[in-house]
Amino acid sequence: MSTRLIGERVKRREDRRLLTGTAQFIDDIHLPNMAHAAVLRSPHAKARILRIDASKALALPGVLAVLTHEDLGAANDPMPLLNQDRGFIYPRTHRAFAPGQVRFVGEAVALVVAESRYRAEDALELIEVDYAPSQAAVDVMAAAKSGAPLVHDDTDSNIACRTTNGRGDVDAAFAKADIVIREELRPERGAAQPMETRGCVAQYDTSSDSLMVWDTTQAPVSARGLIAAKLGMPEANVTVIAPDVGGGFGVKIMLLYPEELLIPFAARRLKRPVKWIEDRREHFLGSNHERLMVHKVELAARKDGTLLGLKDVFYYDSGAYCPYGPINAECAQGILPGPYKIPAIHTEYIAVYTNTPIVSPYRGAGMPHGNFVMETVMNRLAERLGLDPVELRRRNLVTPADCPYDGGTVFQYGSRLIHRDCDYPALLAKLLAAIDYDGFRQAQPGWRAKGLHKGIGIGCYVEGTGIPPYEGMEVRVEPTGFVTVTTGYPSQGQGHQTTLIQVVAETLGVEPEMVNVQAGRTDRFAWGVGTFASRAAVVGCTAALKATRRVRQRALDLAADHLEAAASDLDIVRGRVELKGVPEIGVSLGELAALANPIITLEPGVEPGLRAIDYHRPEGATFSSGMHGLIVEVDIETGMVKIERYVVVHDCGVMINPLIVEGQILGAIAQGLGGTFYEKLVFDEAGQLLTTTFMDYLIPTAMEIPHIEIHHLDRPSSLNPLGVKGVGEGGVMPVAPAFAAAIEDALRLYDARINAFPFGPPDILAMIEGRAR
Amino acid sequence: MNDERRTIRVTINGQVFERAVAPNLLLSDFIRHEAELTGTHVGCEHGVCGACTILYESQPARSCLMLAVQADGARLETIESLAKGDALHPLQTAFWEKHGLQCGYCTPGILMTMKAFLAETPNPSEAEIRVALSGNLCRCTGYQQIVEAVRHAAALLSAARVAP
Repeated sequence: MSTRLIGERVKRREDRRLLTGTAQFIDDIHLPNMAHAAVLRSPHAKARILRIDASKALALPGVLAVLTHEDLGAANDPMPLLNQDRGFIYPRTHRAFAPGQVRFVGEAVALVVAESRYRAEDALELIEVDYAPSQAAVDVMAAAKSGAPLVHDDTDSNIACRTTNGRGDVDAAFAKADIVIREELRPERGAAQPMETRGCVAQYDTSSDSLMVWDTTQAPVSARGLIAAKLGMPEANVTVIAPDVGGGFGVKIMLLYPEELLIPFAARRLKRPVKWIEDRREHFLGSNHERLMVHKVELAARKDGTLLGLKDVFYYDSGAYCPYGPINAECAQGILPGPYKIPAIHTEYIAVYTNTPIVSPYRGAGMPHGNFVMETVMNRLAERLGLDPVELRRRNLVTPADCPYDGGTVFQYGSRLIHRDCDYPALLAKLLAAIDYDGFRQAQPGWRAKGLHKGIGIGCYVEGTGIPPYEGMEVRVEPTGFVTVTTGYPSQGQGHQTTLIQVVAETLGVEPEMVNVQAGRTDRFAWGVGTFASRAAVVGCTAALKATRRVRQRALDLAADHLEAAASDLDIVRGRVELKGVPEIGVSLGELAALANPIITLEPGVEPGLRAIDYHRPEGATFSSGMHGLIVEVDIETGMVKIERYVVVHDCGVMINPLIVEGQILGAIAQGLGGTFYEKLVFDEAGQLLTTTFMDYLIPTAMEIPHIEIHHLDRPSSLNPLGVKGVGEGGVMPVAPAFAAAIEDALRLYDARINAFPFGPPDILAMIEGRAR
Repeated sequence: MNDERRTIRVTINGQVFERAVAPNLLLSDFIRHEAELTGTHVGCEHGVCGACTILYESQPARSCLMLAVQADGARLETIESLAKGDALHPLQTAFWEKHGLQCGYCTPGILMTMKAFLAETPNPSEAEIRVALSGNLCRCTGYQQIVEAVRHAAALLSAARVAP
């Protein structure tokens, strides 16, 4: 049998070019005669545009064009609505340029194309725009009230969407409860902030009427379709390439960001290549945000801690448009019950337009918010009952004996939260042992007596992953013996090349060095959805497995004919089909590939080539799970928090590459810690974003992120043949509630309550001083 | 917005680049677009993220916070100087082995910062490594595997020093 690769800590194929400075990121693309673009953005959160005069900008030497709404014509029609939520009242999507009315600071108003970026930016200052500003709706709760300034004048309220979900008789559950916990919880606004901003380069070829577009997108196939439709071109004449992309985390899918349309439009109009690279300030203003929700949650329980019912009515800040639908809200309620048995659940989300940048998924897509809500009310219930938070959880966990167990909510794509292939009690036991929970609890009174404010917190989550509809893969053996794997979804650092090589090489029986991956180019593979929702391993690698199995069978059949042996007596070893036990009798895959693509005759009904294309179409999401525990010490003089231990136990099913899995978890936790303790987007009352640099919006450094211990509990998924469950986002989920719980535990004497995140030292000091006063 | 040009000579990775440049051209743009050494990346253009870090006369410097004309006559090193042909520098090997990078965008700046750091601190503690890394933002890794990679690189470098 072939070399084992699935499950091994294989070094990444991607790394050599990234380590040597020879990767090709968007700004590394340089084309002859290339022009450069810059975007004029609205300085007002809400204003009518009375007049745009670009004559002075156009007079500046080196300026080639200034494009506004009027130049675009039908290309400026509204962008598509990606998720049709059944609760929509006023679906409103953005356009490339706001025509006549701007709705957030940073919204695109005009595009300058010039001989250099420097000149294009100079020209921005010469464009005269007369605005008539009016009062903006900025805070989500104020915007939701009747009589609030309207974000969209053709509506009578800023409520974009109101959707209810649930199961069971919630009123009856609350009526028979011994205890009801009520909280208002508020995850604040944040942003993904990949280290590479967005960018786009487009080149138009007049003779073939075709466009090449290099785009920092997580969904090149979908982007290609939309660019073609908006520009009135055949899809076949538009190629979108996602080059090396410097981090995505969700913010690099929007379908479309204005610039993804404007740059190809400008390249076609000017018949010159055009490049646009977003600067960091633009990224804060012109790329999507995430996170702000206000949850009014109620949890009903018996006095022994048995959960009876959950109600969560929450407001979701959509920003100025809602092109995704309220997807983060849908995901938040979809995983809300976490690993617990709750017989009756009612949720309602109310998506609200505000005069702020558009909100779309950032790593976790609302799931960290939902997890914060559930875990926080669990902690409050434990406190009310006088139970240890761990004991309360133990009494309510779904157990393997319960499975498959319907958690009572519906995640994306109609995927019911069905618990299966999981062992939450085992996860909890592993976490408690690793962090020595009992030892901590025994020592805690002693520390308190010495004036040391140490606390422990845990957070448990279930993450929806691997969502439909599909990904596809071509696996092709060349006569050279090289195996080429081609797919539509791109990578932003997740190591997809490496994991695909592991799956294909092991399944086919070739050396990994012989396998190459081409991804994220619509001219190589024109079908696919994109990289998001922890789905590449689940959906993409399963497609690769299916295609590779077909290639393997075809190779065995061809070799059986060629060697005059039964296919069942053959095996593939290091790229050669051999007679089992008689390895000197065999034929290489390359020779078989040549035989499969004959010059003279091809048998009827046989496709040429040693290759296969296959797709994986999951019926619904998969679900991963995990638990985090951390021990903190709070300095009550400064409000600073030191994380002494951070322990993770997780179950993402079979790990194709544990090195990459651990990297995903560590990176996700760092983002979670950033969002919990440091990162907050702050607007003033007029809708001006006050945090537009890394000096205001604090991304954690190596000094702030502690050492993290990871323990695996990999229970294979039964939903796909690889047994994988997906791992990209889960690490973010329980960080905020576990961190908050640890701080509340450390500050028990001060009756600390954390109902919003991020919380930083000033918030912690306020809690301490509030009690002291 | 005038079209003034100044001729400068900058030595990058041992090669002299003589160019007539605008006085407002950033050094990072000079390196990337004039010298066409695109391994140096730009992340924030306000000197916080460290992606554009190069060695300026052997010291780490933010190339986005300098003008190209300020580097007239200077000797610079960029990520492209680290490997010798196909042979990776021990830092590169260590980052590869320890999964010290994901998207790789911040990596060149980190490697150049760490090259100077390990030259001054050949046997660093974890705390020293974390302080040395604190001027470089990474959004993918959570730093842990970077810290491990730097420690591993220190070991590889010291092994190379004692090797005959």
